[in-house]
Amino acid sequence: MGKIGDFSAFPDAHGHFGPYGGSFVAETLVAPLAELTAAYDRLRVDPDFIAEFERDLAHYVGRPSPIYHAERLSREVGGAQILLKREDLNHTGAHKINNTIGQALVARAMGKRRIIAETGAGQHGVATATVCARFGLDCVVYMGAVDIERQKINVYRMQLLGAEVVPVTSGSKTLKDALNEAMRDWVTNVADTFYIIGTVAGPHPYPRMVRDFNAVVGREARAQMLAQYGRLPDVITACVGGGSNAIGLFHAFLNDAEVRIVGAEAAGEGLASGRHAASLAAGRPGVLHGNRTYVLCDDDGQITETHSVSAGLDYPGVGPEHAFLKDSGRARYVGVTDEEALAAFHRLARSEGILAALESSHAVAQAMKLAAELPRDALVLCNLSGRGDKDVHTIAAREGLSL
Amino acid sequence: MSDSQAGQPETGCKRIDARFAALREAGRTGLIPFITAGDPLPEAQVALMHALVAAGADLIELGVPFSDPMADGPVIQQASERAIARGIGLDEVLAWVRDFRRQDAVTPIVLMGYLNPVEIHGTARFAREAAAAGVDGVLLVDCPIEESASAAPLRDAGLARILLTAPTTPDARLARICEAATGFLYHVSFAGITGADRISHDDVRARVEAIKARTRVPVAVGFGVRDAASAAKIGAFADAVVIGSALVGQLAGAGDEMTLCQRARDFIAPVRAALDEACASKRDAMNA
Repeated sequence: MGKIGDFSAFPDAHGHFGPYGGSFVAETLVAPLAELTAAYDRLRVDPDFIAEFERDLAHYVGRPSPIYHAERLSREVGGAQILLKREDLNHTGAHKINNTIGQALVARAMGKRRIIAETGAGQHGVATATVCARFGLDCVVYMGAVDIERQKINVYRMQLLGAEVVPVTSGSKTLKDALNEAMRDWVTNVADTFYIIGTVAGPHPYPRMVRDFNAVVGREARAQMLAQYGRLPDVITACVGGGSNAIGLFHAFLNDAEVRIVGAEAAGEGLASGRHAASLAAGRPGVLHGNRTYVLCDDDGQITETHSVSAGLDYPGVGPEHAFLKDSGRARYVGVTDEEALAAFHRLARSEGILAALESSHAVAQAMKLAAELPRDALVLCNLSGRGDKDVHTIAAREGLSL
Repeated sequence: MSDSQAGQPETGCKRIDARFAALREAGRTGLIPFITAGDPLPEAQVALMHALVAAGADLIELGVPFSDPMADGPVIQQASERAIARGIGLDEVLAWVRDFRRQDAVTPIVLMGYLNPVEIHGTARFAREAAAAGVDGVLLVDCPIEESASAAPLRDAGLARILLTAPTTPDARLARICEAATGFLYHVSFAGITGADRISHDDVRARVEAIKARTRVPVAVGFGVRDAASAAKIGAFADAVVIGSALVGQLAGAGDEMTLCQRARDFIAPVRAALDEACASKRDAMNA
């Protein structure tokens, strides 16, 4: 791939990020996706739409989220200063709400009254159920039966918010299967139904649309860095499952060549073990869920089951823009193991009084590694994409406790 | 049925074209069973294909198992999962086609599946191997015409690229698909997944007639065809009917080759008879 001058020029009109992205769907979905693309292209430049989105982000989500200097953690690591972009302080406890508000506004503008979503850990499901309650829309969330078992509290949260949670028992009974099932619902009920995809994957226009709604994270962070520190960070990092919080942070910095960008994928029990979810670090280009991207699959092209201690990173594909950033060399993607993420979780809890989501703990672990190699006056900005309340049962279980 | 039995076997588009030409000449509606390769009995795969032909199939759609079949319903997804669990991939599927061709040089075979297994195999390599094995066409469910570049090697190898049309396909796009079609067009009768049961015959008829008016190739109708009665209704206006989930469901669990082939015959023969009867009464009505 040649040198890229302007990363904001991607994707093209058909959703291609270089060779990645696109719209690989069955014929039935082509027209509904074209309709969505047309609506979104109109709305994203509509001043009223933008104003309403920003108003909701300010008054409902609680933006802007602060950048917090983790001083004690930085001292313990003994290198660069670690700064946390506190998306965990958003309403519903993660960055996911940025996107669900945006898409719910698009759904409303398109006159769709029924919302469907897929969810893995349940964070996107909760964020979707939340905005549906607020906008008075029907909400159906597809969730793998395995994930329902390991994320019971989020299931109940969605039900409290009025959503119907449908267990998915096909395939590996996790996020990818929930996505398949939601796509099937959409194919069948496309006339009145809007599908809110929770990450920067899926067919065009989803990778672009979800990125745009989450890009507020990086826009804010960039301005906050300039205001609080008078300069941009030396390196930024975020965890990457599908990659929505990461692209949200990265996007505003893509054309700042002096800012290094590092994505932290779930290396599970180690890349060599085969039990991981590191699509970029260990996968290959393929086609999954409507887009060309890096996927984890066997030599027959069958998507393989993934593993991560964090359900939100447990996905065998990744957003196509990340595939593009990897190949272009603009971003680097590295694996962080379950053990490293758990250690980072505990370290952050004890040194800063913050319980991070297990997903975000991968980013914290990576930030600590980066900081250790840099001088004191260097700045490492880490996206703390979600809070860890949902994970306390998982962590307790790993430590042999039952709550 | 065609000259090819005696002389040069037809391949690719030509074998499909020859089959539909013969059907048209005989005034019959084509019958296209879909089966998931490798389910339920990999060792009886080729015998099952011959049994389908003997019972009246005009063309066979062979599903290439994929772990994430987004456009398929539970019956075909489960069949795929069982096949994958037995290690069935493209190599096995192509070997079966090669084996089938030793005894049957005229019945066209279309592979139906998703892009990822093809791309991981290598699309150009797949196209060469498929053509050499005796595959005639390929239907890639998740590869719409906008992404045709991904499928270019198929056509270069002489394979028909079977395209889908749907009730949601807008007119301008339909024109492009009709223009690009080779082999036949597969019309998805309703917006949904395979195996569901929601079909309005009047709507489907109007749609199919509109498509037939715009394309040179025959139009097969699938999704929602489950038995002799529904096949006959669709067969009254379609050039061919595709019957998938209902058949796959019927074959599931067959424990040995004899049972499997018997079930295939028991399922296909009445559909064949109903299609032929409907065609005969249509001819009588036209003659009267």
